[in-house]
Amino acid sequence: MPVLEGWSYRPADFLLFSERVYWRLFELQDAALWPLQLVALAAGGAVLLLALRQRRGAAPAIFLILAAAWLLVAVSFLWQRYLPVNWAIAYAIPFFLAEAGLLLGLLLGRGGALAAPWSPRLLAAAGLLAYALLAHPLLPLVAARPLASAELFALAPDPTAIVTLAVGAMLVEPRSAWLIMPVPALWCLASFATLLTLGSWQGWIVLAAPVLALSVRLLPADGPSGRVQA
Amino acid sequence: MRRKPLFAASPSSFLPSRRALLVAGAVMAAGASLPGFPLAAGAAPGTRRIPSSGEAVPAVGLGTWITFNVGNDPLLLERSARVMEAFFAGGGRVIDSSPMYGSSQATLGYGFDRLGRPEGLFAADKVWTSSQREGPAQMARSRRAWKVPRFSLMQVHNLRGWEAHLPMLLEKKAAGEIGYVGITTSEGRRHGLFEEIMARETLDAVQVTYNPLDREVEERILPLAAERGTAVIVNRPFRQGALTRRLEGEKLPDFAAEIGASSWAQLILKFILAHPAVTVVIPATTRPEHASENMAASGGPLPDAAMRERISAAIGGL
Repeated sequence: MPVLEGWSYRPADFLLFSERVYWRLFELQDAALWPLQLVALAAGGAVLLLALRQRRGAAPAIFLILAAAWLLVAVSFLWQRYLPVNWAIAYAIPFFLAEAGLLLGLLLGRGGALAAPWSPRLLAAAGLLAYALLAHPLLPLVAARPLASAELFALAPDPTAIVTLAVGAMLVEPRSAWLIMPVPALWCLASFATLLTLGSWQGWIVLAAPVLALSVRLLPADGPSGRVQA
Repeated sequence: MRRKPLFAASPSSFLPSRRALLVAGAVMAAGASLPGFPLAAGAAPGTRRIPSSGEAVPAVGLGTWITFNVGNDPLLLERSARVMEAFFAGGGRVIDSSPMYGSSQATLGYGFDRLGRPEGLFAADKVWTSSQREGPAQMARSRRAWKVPRFSLMQVHNLRGWEAHLPMLLEKKAAGEIGYVGITTSEGRRHGLFEEIMARETLDAVQVTYNPLDREVEERILPLAAERGTAVIVNRPFRQGALTRRLEGEKLPDFAAEIGASSWAQLILKFILAHPAVTVVIPATTRPEHASENMAASGGPLPDAAMRERISAAIGGL
């Protein structure tokens, strides 16, 4: 049977580039966009603070920042850097744009209620978010790569997806969470497959993110005062 | 700062520089000084003839799968150009790529911009689409990316859309738009259909995976190629580098010296080239010194049947 005979591919057969080329993408991205890293870090920090303090308008501001991050990653990283070495990324770019659209949709509509401050769910999700912002960029140091290849929120897809998953885990309404979590979760799976095929242990961290985010959603969203922010 | 091109970039004549001649001369001298088995009859040392035309081509070519897919990275583009420079300096002329290989074709174009195109360049590419209409347009895009006026060989990549593409390629060959027509597979895929097409169609070349551990093609495809007068291009001689990485640090067998092999890579290439049906082997590399080392493997003696078995057993046993 030709179809079965032809389907003898392994994950490595779909990998068109070397590990060296993959990490160089982030080096080039960081070098080209400097000093946007400072803005990206500030924006990520704002998401964390807005989620923890929950002043009026916090959720819409978070969605706006995330939408901008997904747009920036789609254009500056996927399209300009990743696509030239991986034609399959052409299929991922519309999903990134759609994710930005979904986040803007949440901004305009209702459904942005976050888990209450000091609730187990919010604290756990904030921990995941803080990891993506502050610890994930430092992985090159552990992997004996130059820090110049750091992956940052809003400039690289993995930390952007993890931050979005963390925010999804904070949302009270399941419908809102299920709107914004599938694309970053699928990206994490794709990234895990890529990194694993490249032989990088970093893939397991990326795979753990959606698992953790979904687990965090099982935690109580009510805080000590029982208040949930709308 | 642009480096001086290896070849004078005149459109009608590509003359090797003094540096290129010196390196090529050293490689050829090393090969000529070795005793042992003869090279393929009727071809100059280090070259093989394409059966359908009698044209001689260097027996070691350059593959670009993964290694030349470097995107728009200026550092890695320059390193790729250095690989091409070492390859040409060693007498290499056959380069193989595909539109499936990301930016590899554009990397070759970058290299030709920097180095010029050497005389006798044998540009082998592939058509890789299931759409009949898309085939010619894709080939035109590939040619622009390579920055070559014409492809020496156009192959149907992994048999994708072969029913539609083969007649189109044969027409283009008859019109002089391409030199030769072939089909490819890798990693042992679809060998049954591959054989059927080889037996039925008039092909100038086939491309298959072959190395001391992946020897399935010895049973039917290589004998069929010899019988049909079809050139054989061998891909993935090092299993995408996995084989040479595995052998790194292992002591080379003593018998390697008898055929002038100074590395595992050369031993593997000599094993492949010693099969009489093989025309060209296309190892890929990211390192200029490996490109030179690979080119040197085509010179000098090749293993006989008994030694080939010893090579296969030695590598398989590690």
